[in-house]
Amino acid sequence: MYASSLRKAASGRPGAMTARAVLASELAANGRGSRVRTLRSDGPLVLRPCHPKGPEPLTDRRHDVARVALAAGTAGPLGGDSYALDVQVGAGSTLVLTEISAMLVLPGPREGQSRMSITVRVDDGATFVWWPQPIIAARRCDHRHDVRITLAESARMILREEMLLGRHGEAPGDFSGRLRITRGRAALYDQQLRFGQAWDGWNGAAVLGDAAAVGSIVAVDPCWTDMRPPALPFHKDAALMPLAGPGVAIGAVAPDSLALRHLLTRGLHQLGPPWAI
Amino acid sequence: MESLGSGGQAALLLLADGRLPAGGYAHSGGLEPAVAAGRVADVAGLERFLIGRVETAGSIAAAFAAAACARAGRGNLSDLAELEAELDARIPSPELRKVSRDLGRQLRRAMNGIHPHPHFAALGAAPHQPVVMGVAAAVFGLGPRAAALAILHENNAGAAAAAAKVMRVDPFEVHAILARMTDRLDCLAAEAAKAADGPTADLPASGSPLTDIAAEHHRRSDVRLFAS
Repeated sequence: MYASSLRKAASGRPGAMTARAVLASELAANGRGSRVRTLRSDGPLVLRPCHPKGPEPLTDRRHDVARVALAAGTAGPLGGDSYALDVQVGAGSTLVLTEISAMLVLPGPREGQSRMSITVRVDDGATFVWWPQPIIAARRCDHRHDVRITLAESARMILREEMLLGRHGEAPGDFSGRLRITRGRAALYDQQLRFGQAWDGWNGAAVLGDAAAVGSIVAVDPCWTDMRPPALPFHKDAALMPLAGPGVAIGAVAPDSLALRHLLTRGLHQLGPPWAI
Repeated sequence: MESLGSGGQAALLLLADGRLPAGGYAHSGGLEPAVAAGRVADVAGLERFLIGRVETAGSIAAAFAAAACARAGRGNLSDLAELEAELDARIPSPELRKVSRDLGRQLRRAMNGIHPHPHFAALGAAPHQPVVMGVAAAVFGLGPRAAALAILHENNAGAAAAAAKVMRVDPFEVHAILARMTDRLDCLAAEAAKAADGPTADLPASGSPLTDIAAEHHRRSDVRLFAS
């Protein structure tokens, strides 16, 4: 598994790594609870069934959900690497995907972008809780991060994303990440975030200012079709914002990862149970 | 790509002019809240603010104006609803969605008054400003690149003009920033016109987190000169 994913052709660069991991959940045959249907790790993307590590929105302390953690099998991604993760949350099932540690994105030994592409499909009546650790864009990295989530109209979802602009005291490399969520056939949320020397204006007051950490929580619930939680700027650097469709986004910038996590968690509390942790 | 060299320049100047009675003067494009929060304090900060703004919200508005222009130019008005929904998805802040729709409604009212055309009736009750700008450009026979340039200039010059009212700056220094940004606006307009030919889902989506957060605070602020 590990060796086979080395030196694949995608980037054409010797030593570059391509990997594609697959994860799927389904409703158990007896109808009680969810189980992992597919768990295919690949090289650096190691998927492991797990127990709850800490508080979770929606699924806290529940035993009838499928829980999987993503662990890093190697350092990276490094420049030239191309990772992909495909997730399917089968009809009626609940999948919680967490992460063991932060993802440190590094430059490679040679020139070249690193890429990570994540696709998620959440089927009818299914629930997806995605609670990863931060992505750290280390100095001189050149990373493209692309997340596409397709929700059935009756699906529920909550995710957290956190980006750190470099390790402590370091200027970030080039990072571009896009998160696009569609529901039914319509776009619900589509945001790209770019920072690093390759782009202009990201350190201005319209985008990130002097923040060293930026993140958001996006929650989608079909119950919010007619009425969504009201907008609430709960801190000078953070706000809870109802989307045009049945979802909310909590956006925050902060001087460091701890402050960012604190702001996002505070935003989550504004939503009350079962979202708050 | 269309040429700006043959005709249409006067119509482009008309659409991009801040004196068009379409309500733009009441908005600072997020500058007032950024100054109030202490995030913009000098001319250098203002320039970084304006560049960040055109590279994010500006590139989105430009692409959607160009896309609306291309579709209206082909008589494809039924595609405009999809553009509206895709633009909604790119604006997390409900306050900024409302501002965009308020400005769109006012621009349509102005266009209905000064240059009526059946296309304007095909827009919904409160269309987004870039979509109306794209349709207006098409109605004047302009192409996608001109539509993108019109909204880029209108939004950028509007925010810059607000600077003199919300911070202590020399107006010549402010316009020097605008002069330095002209090439950037041309590039963004060309990119927008290129994106307009592709699938709607692939239109730019560059986010501006601080603009969203500041807009939500601004709406609740007691003392403000500008609506946004």
